[in-house]
Amino acid sequence: MQKLGDFKLPHFFNYPPYFTLQPVRETREKQVQLWKDLILDYCRTQKIFVLGLEEEFPLFSNPVIERTLSHEAREAFLSALVSEGRAEWLDKGHRKCRILWHRIQDWADSILKFVKDNGFEDSVMTVEEIRSGIESRGTELHGIDRTILIRALKILEQKGKLAIFKGTSADDEGVKFSV
Amino acid sequence: MANFFSKADVTSSGRPVLLRSEVECHLLSSVDLEPEDHHHFSPLKSGLLILTTHRLLWLPSASASTPTSAAAIPLPAISHIFSSKKSLKSMFHSPRIRFQVLVLPDGRVFEPGSGSGSGSGSGLGSRSVVLTAVVRGKGDCDGFLGKFWDSWRARAWESNETSGSGSSSVSGSGTGTGTGGGLYSSDGSVRMVGVAGILRKEQESWESTDKSLQDAFQDLNALMSKAKEMVMLAEKMRQKLLSGTNSQSSATNDEDMGSKEEMQDWLLSVGIISPVTKESAGALYHQQLSRQLADFVRTPLERAGGMINLIDVYCLFNRARGTELISPDDMLQACSLWEKFDVPVMLRKFDSGVMVIQNKSHSDEEVFVRIKSLVTKPEALRSGISPSDAAMTLGIAPAMAKEHLLTAESNGLLCRDVSPDGFRFYINLFPEIDPHDVYLVKDYGICETWIKAVSTSGLR
Repeated sequence: MQKLGDFKLPHFFNYPPYFTLQPVRETREKQVQLWKDLILDYCRTQKIFVLGLEEEFPLFSNPVIERTLSHEAREAFLSALVSEGRAEWLDKGHRKCRILWHRIQDWADSILKFVKDNGFEDSVMTVEEIRSGIESRGTELHGIDRTILIRALKILEQKGKLAIFKGTSADDEGVKFSV
Repeated sequence: MANFFSKADVTSSGRPVLLRSEVECHLLSSVDLEPEDHHHFSPLKSGLLILTTHRLLWLPSASASTPTSAAAIPLPAISHIFSSKKSLKSMFHSPRIRFQVLVLPDGRVFEPGSGSGSGSGSGLGSRSVVLTAVVRGKGDCDGFLGKFWDSWRARAWESNETSGSGSSSVSGSGTGTGTGGGLYSSDGSVRMVGVAGILRKEQESWESTDKSLQDAFQDLNALMSKAKEMVMLAEKMRQKLLSGTNSQSSATNDEDMGSKEEMQDWLLSVGIISPVTKESAGALYHQQLSRQLADFVRTPLERAGGMINLIDVYCLFNRARGTELISPDDMLQACSLWEKFDVPVMLRKFDSGVMVIQNKSHSDEEVFVRIKSLVTKPEALRSGISPSDAAMTLGIAPAMAKEHLLTAESNGLLCRDVSPDGFRFYINLFPEIDPHDVYLVKDYGICETWIKAVSTSGLR
């Protein structure tokens, strides 16, 4: 079975029609479904948050069978993710896309779990510490996209689980947990 | 009396079966045929009256409630045609054509050369009956009468009889490519269509302008008699080819057979003896054309495996018609009229806009089964099939094959692969894949077969 780094590719990755946008509705629905799942799976294992349509992306071409997804096909599959709330366009031209392999709500839940596991119930942390600190190493939060993290924190703030405040420098913010 | 008329055969699509070298001259719709003073037969109501060089045919209209069979009156049986009277009374009537028909003592219409015994031509012991054709439709009645006179006077049947014995050896094929004396009628005018038809028209116009040019026609006539020989030669060659393939089919190699078949095709496509023309059919043009086309298309359709491109039919049909070409519009209209008749063929439009003619019995399922077996071969599983691959295997035109593949695709049997290598089709594996476990391979599914085929080719 073919692999991309440590990611195990399914058999149909070598099936040439998988790389051509199918015109027949039923076939296309199935194809789009398989692509959505594959993109999310791959991004989760590789911790990829932002995907550029015109940039090299290992999934979008298969050198073994010499097939590459067309721009139209890439946009179709990502648009399908966007309409499901699993991705967001970063620009109007649909050139960059943020992949939410966890929904924001799921991210908020995993932040809470992280806080409880480490006994930070009443502590203060900077946003940068959550993303790249020693404590988060080995968890899903390590290396999380900053925008996603802020949005997850804001959800928790609304629920009264924490308070976000401006730090000393302009681009760093602090979080006061009160779980 | 039911058997007053001679028998007239009609094809399954409702076109009359013509005799050898018989040509249709004019048609009139909604015509009643009734006897004037005798009760020889019950009046025939509202049918199609067809004038040919040999006969007067009456066909029942398709919508007739009671099934009446087609009737025919041989032109030689007609002893007189009354010219139409222009009177005040006639202005309020439907136009009428009156003519006198010789009737045998047994009450049937006179038939030349068929058991009428001695003195057949003189009508010995026969009576005559006056028949009236009442034209209720909007036909060109005067034109019909003119053509009626012409055909009756031309005596095309006589030249047929005289040459009948000479050409009997080659007439067995029944295709009637004009082997007989039908090329010429007794007065020297040409009875052929096609290139000969042009020459005939030319000749007629000359005659009308200057009678004294008659002598100059010696050359033209000589040319025409050569043309007649050419047609006979073509027919003889065809017969020879046919007998040749039968006797020594085992000895001939494929190439030889191929060229022979090609030769036969050429000879067979020499022409439809009597094409339906706007001139002869008038308002009934499309209807009659439609029927003729339905009859014509059967042979090429069989050869093409039940479906044939409309453009191909157009070319074949026009080649068979010689010079009486029809326009694509007329063709399309003739095809779309099939819905109204009971004919075994139909026009079909693919999603891509390509139009084809197919047998009504033709089924996509059958084609799908063949495509499926084609696309599940190991080689096709690995690299798919192109329309030309399918065309070769299915024995049809590439454009046609592509339509079949696209139809199979829209039915979920195939899916496409567009790459720099071209446009190819693969068996559709998508329904087989379980979205909850993409790594799972179902046992004995097409997916497993595919993986096996791919893994043996060096791809992992």
